[in-house]
Amino acid sequence: MSAYLPNIVFAILFFSLIGLFTLNVRRIIRNINLGKAAHRSDQSKKRWLHMANIALGQSKMVRKPLSGLLHVIVYVGFVVINIELLEIIIDGFLGTHRIFAPVLGSAYNVLIFIFEVFALLVLVSVFFFWTRRNIMRVKRFWKPEMKGWAKWDADIILYAEVVLMTLFLTMNAADYWLQTFAQNPHYVQAGSFPVSKYLLPIFDGFSTQTVIAIERTTWWLHIGGILLFLNYLYYSKHLHIILAFPNTYFANLEPQGKLPNMPAVTKEVKLMLDSNADPYATPPADETPSTFGASDVTDLNWVQLMNAYSCTECGRCTSECPANQTGKQLSPRKIMMDTRDRLTEVGKLLNKGNQINQNTLLDNYISREELWACTSCNACVEACPIAIDPLSIIMDMRRYLVMEQSAAPSELNVMMTNVENNGAPWPFNQQDRLAWREELNT
Amino acid sequence: MEHTTNIPTLSELAALGKQPEVLFWVGCAGSFDERAKKITKAFAQLLLKAEVSFAVLGPEESCTGDPAKRAGNEFLFQMQAMTNIEVLNGYEVKKIVTTCPHCFNTLKNEYPGLGGSYEVMHHTQFLKKLLEEGRLNVEGGVFEGKRITFHDPCYLGRANNEYEAPREVLSKLEAELIEMKSCKAKGLCCGAGGTQMFKEAESGNKEINISRTEQALETKPDIIAAACPFCNTMMTDGVKNKEKEGKIVVMDIAELLQQAQDL
Repeated sequence: MSAYLPNIVFAILFFSLIGLFTLNVRRIIRNINLGKAAHRSDQSKKRWLHMANIALGQSKMVRKPLSGLLHVIVYVGFVVINIELLEIIIDGFLGTHRIFAPVLGSAYNVLIFIFEVFALLVLVSVFFFWTRRNIMRVKRFWKPEMKGWAKWDADIILYAEVVLMTLFLTMNAADYWLQTFAQNPHYVQAGSFPVSKYLLPIFDGFSTQTVIAIERTTWWLHIGGILLFLNYLYYSKHLHIILAFPNTYFANLEPQGKLPNMPAVTKEVKLMLDSNADPYATPPADETPSTFGASDVTDLNWVQLMNAYSCTECGRCTSECPANQTGKQLSPRKIMMDTRDRLTEVGKLLNKGNQINQNTLLDNYISREELWACTSCNACVEACPIAIDPLSIIMDMRRYLVMEQSAAPSELNVMMTNVENNGAPWPFNQQDRLAWREELNT
Repeated sequence: MEHTTNIPTLSELAALGKQPEVLFWVGCAGSFDERAKKITKAFAQLLLKAEVSFAVLGPEESCTGDPAKRAGNEFLFQMQAMTNIEVLNGYEVKKIVTTCPHCFNTLKNEYPGLGGSYEVMHHTQFLKKLLEEGRLNVEGGVFEGKRITFHDPCYLGRANNEYEAPREVLSKLEAELIEMKSCKAKGLCCGAGGTQMFKEAESGNKEINISRTEQALETKPDIIAAACPFCNTMMTDGVKNKEKEGKIVVMDIAELLQQAQDL
């Protein structure tokens, strides 16, 4: 029985941590589904291509060449090294060691070679990322919204990657040492170790037992670390590694300038303009009166809520935002962070079986001043590497302010009154629309 | 009255049982704003020169509803849109050209869902076509040796992915086209969009139009070319703020092309 103890421990560790992650993923899905319907299932071919291009192909990421290149290395490294994860999991369950080695033969050596090279490249890239964030202090990482958890989160991810890659390389080095110097049939000759071979001197003078202990410890810490990091995603901006894919698939494919018309309004306006309509007719029973625009996360649609979970707070949107550049309070990244924070708050209440509290996204998280500072220029939408649309949330919240609360800035009320009365945003006489034509002839 | 035969309204044409090839949607700025009216006149003169069969709506034109929509007033927007669509469909309008990117965006993207589907072109796209077809030609080298930088309007560029048409028209002027550091998809807004034109900016440390003007001035231009009446106002104010109004002019692409026509 005790011979199988590691297998049992592994199974418990694996299933409990995967189970916890599944539970949290379900909570995220539940929270996203608190949003209103959005019809984004059409044009599937175009959507797959959009995802392949932007998420898989990182096409918007590389618009900033340096951070783009570093990100591509970490991203490809992550995907490639995780192929090894499959072997580690099987080994864990079966108590085998490098089970793919005999099956793959020399291809196995090539794979391990590639993993090691990427592990090193990831370490180098992460070092640059950390330097950009903490030494060079790239401006967009030091905006007011990047305090507290947001700052911690970014650094924790980088440290976690360093730890995991170091464990991976140390594990390989110990394995290589055992393959070379120990006469232990368990450690078969397998793999090629272009990076970790340079770590061999660490084990000089160590006994075989000690190196086996190091190999086992790093093996367990590595897989355990990965499973913990997986669960960390739920609390972190790092969730983008998963959500970037559905996020780009379900993105808005219309021209960025097109702000959707609200069907509920269309119905009412048609009634107003229809001279035959009965103004006192009772509305059909199945119609629930809905709010116009958004004051809270439940008024937004599910794609907007998924956007909030997908945001990795890189701040490319904010650094392109004309309002933010000129010192206004508005930061498109903060709009996304606030939406997620409020959704998390709501989710926690639901987890406890409570009702949603009186807080709202508007005012408790996003101020009116932020909303009115937007020029709707789409720079944030254009800049986002994974097709997040902060502008749509700003517009929905303006709709709430104007249509539910009549709380537009007074100058805008003047503008709207003019449009209503004169058909122009200024108080000019409609009959003077041809003044330019007269002037042209004189 | 001579002018009515030159530039008719749709109703004047309808009275004669005629229809134009294209409707020139002038827009509120183009109709009422003194600076923007000059753009309207320049574009109209180009259309006349190219012998385009066109008409305007005149008093029957009303705000597209764009500023109301961007302010969050969807009711007012749809009221405006449906009223306009009724007029446009009544005249069986098929093709619209406009000098305002905001009107362009709204007519093109937001009217079809409300029953108004037209082929909508921005005036820079239309002018590009006229040049290609040889209906307009650039004469003389009025702009030879001049440095021109082009400010992309958000509602033409990012909103509708049109970056080339204005540049192609400008390239015909034999001037030197110098791009700003942030241009095309990365072009900085002039500060007028999203109804900012009609209100004071929120408190900050700078006006957006000043930032954009500074970017334009870095190219050491003789002319800042615009393609939107609102950008034009913002950039003109920016140039004044920098006390460069004697040296640098802000002009719409239609005005530049009109000058090159020697009309």
